[in-house]
Amino acid sequence: MTLGAVDWLLIFVYFAFLLGVGAALKRYTTTSADFFQAGRAMPAWVCGLAFISANLGAQEIIGMAASGAKYGIATSHFYWIGAIPAMVFLGVFMMPFYYGSRARSVPEYLRLRFDEKTRAFNAVSFALMTVFSSGISMYAMAKLLMMLRVLDGPFQRLGLDPAYIFHTCIAASAVIVLVYIFLGGLSSAMYNEVLQFFLIVAGFAPLVYLGLRDAGGWSALQQKLPATLTHSWRGFGSAQTNPMGVDAFGVAMGLGFVLSFGYWCTDFLVVQRAMAAHSMAAARRTPLIAAFPKMLFPMLVVLPGLIALSNNLIPFKVIEGTQQVVRDSLGSPVRDFDLAVPVLLVRYFPAGMLGLGLTALLASFMSGMAGNVTAFNTVWTYDIYQAYIRRTASDAHYLWVGRMATVFGIAASVATAYVAAQFNNIMDVLQLVFAFVNAPLLATFLLGMFWKRATGHGAFAGLVSGTAAAALHHGLTLPAGAAAGVKGGWIAVVHSYPSEMAQNFWTAIDAWTVCFAVTIAVSLVTTPRADRELEGLVHALTAKPRDERLAWYLRPATLGAIVLAATLLLNVVFF
Amino acid sequence: MPLDIRIPIGLMLAIMGLILAGYGLIADSSIYTRSLGLNINLIWGGVLVVTSALLLALGLRRAR
Repeated sequence: MTLGAVDWLLIFVYFAFLLGVGAALKRYTTTSADFFQAGRAMPAWVCGLAFISANLGAQEIIGMAASGAKYGIATSHFYWIGAIPAMVFLGVFMMPFYYGSRARSVPEYLRLRFDEKTRAFNAVSFALMTVFSSGISMYAMAKLLMMLRVLDGPFQRLGLDPAYIFHTCIAASAVIVLVYIFLGGLSSAMYNEVLQFFLIVAGFAPLVYLGLRDAGGWSALQQKLPATLTHSWRGFGSAQTNPMGVDAFGVAMGLGFVLSFGYWCTDFLVVQRAMAAHSMAAARRTPLIAAFPKMLFPMLVVLPGLIALSNNLIPFKVIEGTQQVVRDSLGSPVRDFDLAVPVLLVRYFPAGMLGLGLTALLASFMSGMAGNVTAFNTVWTYDIYQAYIRRTASDAHYLWVGRMATVFGIAASVATAYVAAQFNNIMDVLQLVFAFVNAPLLATFLLGMFWKRATGHGAFAGLVSGTAAAALHHGLTLPAGAAAGVKGGWIAVVHSYPSEMAQNFWTAIDAWTVCFAVTIAVSLVTTPRADRELEGLVHALTAKPRDERLAWYLRPATLGAIVLAATLLLNVVFF
Repeated sequence: MPLDIRIPIGLMLAIMGLILAGYGLIADSSIYTRSLGLNINLIWGGVLVVTSALLLALGLRRAR
C-alpha cells in the first residue's frame, strides 16, 4: 500500500484533532471524578456512541470481516444475538443498580453488594486483562501496518532502517493514547471515541458501496455465493449443517445469553461509558442508543468479508518471511481472511479516499486501546490502590495516581506487545485464562442484583468454582481437527466439538451454570446481609425508576422494545 | 458537557471533506478506474462537508 501526500495529510489531520481534544479538555479535568468518571456530565448520545466505539477495536473490524468471509451473514449473530438483547437488558434492568449505587466502577459495585474478596478477585483479573488487551491491540496494529508496507516508503525516503518500523508503530500509538488520556482522562477518551465513530462510518460506508456495486449488488452476491453464507439462519438446525459448527440452541444460550450478557452487562470497559452519563435516565438510555448503530454495523464490518470473497480478492496465506503458501491437511491453499478489509481498501480506494480508509482503521485501533486504558486506570486507582494501598488521601493525590496509572498501564501494554511478538503461545494461554475468569461473572451479577439472599461467600465460591469449571471443561474437550494443548483437551479428551466456536460457547454455558448453582447453594447456608444495607443495590430493595414523566421516546423500555423489534426484522429479512 | 463535541468533530470532517473534494478536483481522473469510474474523492468529500455543516450548526446553536 503506497500512500500519497494527500493520504498522509488526512492521517495528520486526524492525529492533530485527537491530541487537540485532549489538550482542550485538560483545563476541565481538575478532580478525580473529572478524570475517572468524566465528571458524570456526559449527554446520553455521547455515552452511547462511545459505548460502541470502545468495543469497536480494529481486531473487531478485521476479525468480523474475516469471519464474514468464512461463515457469511451468520457472523451478524455476534451483533443481533450476541449484543443487542444484552444491551437492552443492561439499559432497562441493570443500569439502575450501577448508576444508582454509590459505586464508581463495576468491581466497586461487587464490594458494596457482596464483600471485599469478591471485589478483589474481579478488580485484579480485570486490570490484568485490560493491560493485556491493549497490548495485543498495539501488536496487531503494528503487524498490520508492517504487512501493508504503509511505512516502507517514508522510511526509505528518510534513509531509516526498516527494522525500526515495528518499534515506531508501537511507540507512536502508545504516545498518542498516553497524551490524550493523561490530559483529559475519561472525557478525552470518550470524546475521541465519538470522533472515531464518525470516522469509521465515513471510511467504511463508501468502501462497502463500491464493493457491492462492483459485485453487481446484493442479489448478484447472493447468487454467486453458497446459500449458507448469505442467509443468517440457514443450516442452524444442527451443528453439522452450518459453517460455524453450532446449532441454534448453542447460539442462543452460549452466545446470546452467557457470553453476550457476560460481556455487555458486566465488563467495566463498556459499562464505564454509561456510568459517565449526566443522569440516571441518560445512563439507562446509553446502551439503548448504542444498540441502534450496533444493529446496522454488520453492513459495515461483516459485509466487506462477503464482498471480498465474492469478488475473489482474498489472497492466500503465506508463511511469514517466505513466499510459500500455507496449505491445509488436504493440500489445498488456505486463504488469509484477515486481509479482507485491507485488500478492499487497496482495490477500491484511489489516493485520497485511501487515506481516509486507513485513518478509519487507525481510529478503530486507537479507540479499542484507549477504552482499555481508561478502564484500567480507574480500576487500579479506586479498586486496588485506594482499597488496599492507601485508603485516605486527598482527591488531588488520587488524580495524580490515575495519571501515573495511565503511564504505567500503557508501559505494561507496550511490554505485552513485545511479548506477543516473541511468544504467540503465551498470549493464547493468557487469553484462555481470562476467558475462564470471565465466563461465570454474569451469574454473580444476576444473582447479586435480583436475589437479595445471595451472600458474599456465595458469590466468591461461585466465581472460583465457575472459573474452575470453565478450565475443566476446556481441558476435557477438543474441537474437531485440533491437537490437544492450548485448543483444549490438555487433561484428557472426553468429548469432541465440531468447531472451536462450539467449544467456546459450551465452555461458557458450563461455567455459568456451575457458578449459578454454587452461588445459590453457598448463599443458602451462609448469613445474608440486612435488608437496609442492600438498598439501591438489589432489585427488590430499590425504588423503581419513574419513567412516566419522560417523553415516550426517552423511556428505556420503549426504546428497548423498538430496538428488539428492529433486530427481529433484520433476522427475518436475512433469514 | 464542558465542550460541545460536535464542534471539533464538525471541524475535522469539514477539513477532511475539503481536502478530499479539493484533491478530487485537481487529481488526474485515471486514478478512478479503481473506484469504478466514480470520482469518489469529490463525491465523498462533498458528503463529509455537508455532514460537518450539520454538526457545526447543531453544536453552535446550543453554544449560543
